[in-house]
Parts: sequence; C-alpha cells; structure tokens
Amino acid sequence: METLIQQLINGLVIGSVYALIALGYTMVYGILGLINFAHGDVLMVGALTALQTMLFLMGVAPGLSPIYMLTIALMVAIPVCMTLGFLMERLAYRRLRNAPRLAPLITAIGMSFLLQTVAMIIWGRNYHTFPQLISTTPLEPIAGVFITPVQVVIIIASAAIMIGLSLLVTRSKIGRAMRATAENHRVASLMGVDTNAVIAFTFVVGAALAAIAGVMFASNYGIAHYGMGFMPGLKAFTAAVLGGIGNLGGAMLGGIVLGLVESFGAGYIEHLSFGFLNSSYQDIFAFIILGLVLIFKPTGLLGERVSDRA
Amino acid sequence: MNELVSAVPWLGKRNPMAARWLIIIIALVAPLIAWQFGRSWVRILDFALLYMMLALGLNLVVGFAGLLDLGYIAFYAVGAYAFAFLASPHFDVHMPFWIVLPLAAGFAALAGIMLGFPVLRLRGDYLAIVTLGFGEIVRIFLLNLNYPINITNGPQGINMIDPINLFGWDLSRNLQITENFSINSLFLYYYFFLLCVAGSILFVQRLQISRIGRAWAAMRDDELAAKAIGINTRNMKLLAFSLGATFGGVAGALFGAFQGFVSPESFSLMESIAVLTMVVFGGMGNIAGAIVGAFVLALLPEILRDVAVPMQQTLFGTVILDPEVLRMLLLSLAMILMMLLRPSGLIPARARYAHAENMKREGAQ
Repeated sequence: METLIQQLINGLVIGSVYALIALGYTMVYGILGLINFAHGDVLMVGALTALQTMLFLMGVAPGLSPIYMLTIALMVAIPVCMTLGFLMERLAYRRLRNAPRLAPLITAIGMSFLLQTVAMIIWGRNYHTFPQLISTTPLEPIAGVFITPVQVVIIIASAAIMIGLSLLVTRSKIGRAMRATAENHRVASLMGVDTNAVIAFTFVVGAALAAIAGVMFASNYGIAHYGMGFMPGLKAFTAAVLGGIGNLGGAMLGGIVLGLVESFGAGYIEHLSFGFLNSSYQDIFAFIILGLVLIFKPTGLLGERVSDRA
Repeated sequence: MNELVSAVPWLGKRNPMAARWLIIIIALVAPLIAWQFGRSWVRILDFALLYMMLALGLNLVVGFAGLLDLGYIAFYAVGAYAFAFLASPHFDVHMPFWIVLPLAAGFAALAGIMLGFPVLRLRGDYLAIVTLGFGEIVRIFLLNLNYPINITNGPQGINMIDPINLFGWDLSRNLQITENFSINSLFLYYYFFLLCVAGSILFVQRLQISRIGRAWAAMRDDELAAKAIGINTRNMKLLAFSLGATFGGVAGALFGAFQGFVSPESFSLMESIAVLTMVVFGGMGNIAGAIVGAFVLALLPEILRDVAVPMQQTLFGTVILDPEVLRMLLLSLAMILMMLLRPSGLIPARARYAHAENMKREGAQ
C-alpha cells in the first residue's frame, strides 16, 4: 500500500512537469500544426541558464536567501527562453509556413540538435549538480510514504501555472486571438487579428513554461546537462498526443496520466515481466503509449483533431 | 548512375560519357589518394561507403515513399547485431558470411515490417516521432538485454566479430601479391563496399522507374489520389519500410564485420539524424543526392577534425570545439540551412519535372 501511494506521488510530480512542457507543444501544434521538436531543448536551456545564474549569485552574494536566489534565477531563465522561442519562430519556422510538410519538421529536428550542440559548447558535456535550493529532506506524511518539499512546490506551482494559462487563453483578449488563429489563420487575420504576433506570442509563452519546467525538472533530479531536455521533451509530446494534441486540458491530463503510468510501470515492470525486464526500461513506456494512442485513438483522450492531417 | 553523371558540374551535361568515366575513375583511385594522407583516411572512405548504403536505403523510405523515418538506424543495429550473434565467439556461432548476410538482411526487413504495420495510418510528423520511438526502444533493449539472460552483452557490446570472408578469402588480412607487395585490408574492404554500393545504386535506380517506384512517388505526392487510381498504399508502405530496412540491415552487417565489434553506442538517435541529414542535404528522392550527401557529410567532419582542431590550437591555444561538437554543429546547421535556403537539396530531384515537361511537349503536339 505504501509503495502504491509512493508511486502515485512520484507519478504526480513528474506528471505535472510533463504537463507543463506538453502545454508548449500543444499550443504551438494547435496554432501551426507544427511539432516543435526543439521545445524540449528550450527546457534544457532554461535549466542551465538558471543554474548559471545561481552559481553566479552564490559567488556574489553567498548569504542570499534560497527563495530570492531561485526567483532571480527564474527571472533570468524565463526571458532567455522567451527570446529563444521568439528567435526560433522568427528566423526559422515563420519562413517555412508554406513549405512542403516535411520541411518544418526537419528544421525543428535540426534546431533541437543545434541547441544541444551550442549548450554543449557553453556548458560542456558534464553533468552539473543543480543546487537544491528548496529542501530535499523527505517529509513523511504517512508512514512509509515520502515526499520532499521540492515535490510539493512542483505540484502546487504547476497547478497554479496551468490555471493561469487556462485563464489567459479563455478569458483574455490575446487568448481569444490565439483561439481564433488556431481555428483559421486567414479568417482570423481578416477579423483584424495580427496572426504573426499571435504565433510569436504562442512560442514565447510556450518557451516560458518550458523554462519553468526545466528548473523544476532539474531541481527534482538535482542534475542538469546539455542533453537533459530530449527525453522529457519526447515524453511531453507523448503526453500532448495522449491528451489530444491542440487541446490544453488534454495536455495537462495527458501529462499527469503519463507520469503515473511511467511511475507505476517502473515500479511494477519487474513483477509483470517475471523479472525479465527491470526499471531501466522505464523510458520505453512513453513510446509504447504513444504508439498505442496513435494507432487506436489518434485523437487522444480529449482531442477532436485527427492525426491524419497532411 | 545517369543522375550521378548529370550531377557532375559542367562536364555532366556536355559530355556524359566522359563524366561517367570520371566518376568511375575517381571511385577507383580515391583510396589510393586517401592512403597518401594516412591509413585512417582509407578507413574513413570505407565508412563513407557504408553511409552511402544507409543514405540510399533511407532515401527509399523518405525520398521515394515520403515516409519520414527517424529511427532508421535501428535497422542498421538489427543487421549489425544479427551478424554479431551469428558470427562471433559471443554465442560461439560462426556461420559463413554468405549465410549471415541474407539472414541479417532478412531480420532487418522483418523489423521494418514490424515497424511498418502499426504506423500504416500515420503520416508526416506523427510517423516521424513514432519511428524515433522505435529506434530508441531498440537501443534501450540492446543496452539492457544483458540481464537476466545475457543476449546483447549490454553497453560493452559484442567483440571479435568474424571478418568478411568471401569464399575463403579473408578481407581482414592484407592480400599478399608478391614477396614485398601486399594490398592492405582496408583497400580490400573499400573495393568490396564499392561493389555493394554500385549494386545498390543499380538496384535503386531500376526500382525507382519500376511500377513500385512510380507507385511510391504517387503515394508521396498525394496518398488519396494514389489510392483512387488503385495503388495498394498499405502494401506499398510496408514494402518501402522493409526494403529500406533491408539496406540498413546489409549495411549494418557489413559494419559489424568490418569494425569487428558492435555496441549500442553506434546506434544512437544522432546517427539516425546524421543519415537523414545526408539524404536531406543531397536532395530527397534522388539517388545522386543520397550518394553526394553521404559522401560530403561523412568526409567533412573528418576533414574538419584535421583542419579545425590544429587551427584552434594555434589561434586560441586550446581546443574550444572538439571534433564531435563540430560534427553535430555541422549536421544540425546543414539541416536547418538547407531547409531554409534550398529545400530540394544540393542536387534537386528532377525526374518528376522531366516527366512533366515531356507531357507538356506531348500535349502541345
């Protein structure tokens, strides 16, 4: 029973991070129909920028309280990622909007590897220890079940951000413009929506979410390196598809579900496969889910869009 | 070959015959020239030929049939590991080369069909991600299947794979012609691989203009229309995956035998992307493109390694960009810039336009 609850907590924590990343994928896909392959690497840039800022702050003002330090690190990481998202859209994807369908995807893959390479040049190949500014001493709310304060913060913060984003999209003027653009570019622009600005805004918001998710991810595992964004990126994409790509609620749901499946899967795979497979196979769950969803229910749990778009 | 010939700058259009001989002569003497710079360069050429086979195979899938496959290296892995299982001390099986090669190709083709079935309904970007997942799953299994039963020997990989042995002629030994003249094994491999690549080119070329190739082109350009004119798109897709995979499998088997060991490290996503970049860079759907792309992008990183690293030493005193970083930088920039500036690649595929022109001419008469 304790294991079950423990897996549930672990799944919720990692699932909420996936959900945050998945939102970025799903917003861009909803508007442009583009899988922004490099989204996961924006997360990596966010985490490493935050790391760099923290190290700098620790050098300049060692007595600074951890909360301030984390806030300042986020204040640096978020704008950096926003700029990155903006530049990616402006310099590459915008020019490819009317290109043959494989071109934007191939560009996005190239972009992903370019970001990783540049990060490798700046930060090297090594794994960096990510400062654990929020305590990681596990609390024990129920006997045998552990949760760290970092994890509590991650769950609460992601919930808050997701609510905020939903409000932005459903209640604000720019949110309405985003929905209109997703519905139909041309008609939206005829109605006076500056679709280019809306698309750029979408990329920027997605990148900001990725930056936050990156800091969360790195805080949870305590490490950061140039390739850290790739796997969570892919998994978040899976989460977005699972929930129904293009659908914000779907991305959140998909993220949580994927996190839970992964956590339970990793916990029980050894029993299920009679000891043949072990938890080092954790990463294949996402791909298997992705395959199954795309084959049997390509619209995802909540989506209406079909996967069959050309 | 004709495409390759007409791709030769200047000479290709004026004197195709001369261009053809030029290509053949260059292909034949290339290792002799490379030898002057050191034996490692001949080795690099050998690898470039393997990349050409991979690029030709991926070009079938991506270029001809329009299915973006990001897990192509998995088939290379299947071929290499099949060879390693059947011809190494790992299981203590030593089957002859001519039995192992078709088996490796067959396993890869089977893997291709296994991948093809579930993804039949997917198109474009979804297909890309699922195939990427497939490649990663294969790699994760290779990495972890050393427990509880040791099948793949985990991250260490499999060593001491039997070399290629053509009817009792061991390619890994230098060929002794006379007392003090021998041909280095690297040359033997080069010419053997060259033969394989030439055979592949011939095969792919015939395939492209065959009923199958035309069906692929129709499917790539408009799947619905292709279905409407009676093309069985399901079978055509499976055929594309399995034939493409076969190329990967053969190249993988040759790679395993040539290198003598295989490990999961050689089959990372980066390699899939590298092969894709070669196809994209050269020009999708175009044999000459695949060949030139593979040649340029297999050689360029090595040249950079030799040029850029010492240059950085003298300029900055340290090596800022090590060769692996340079290679990644080169590949990713090649991919992005090519898509932005010249989406049809270095040598654009022209077959379709040629047909269109013919039709126009016929219509005018």
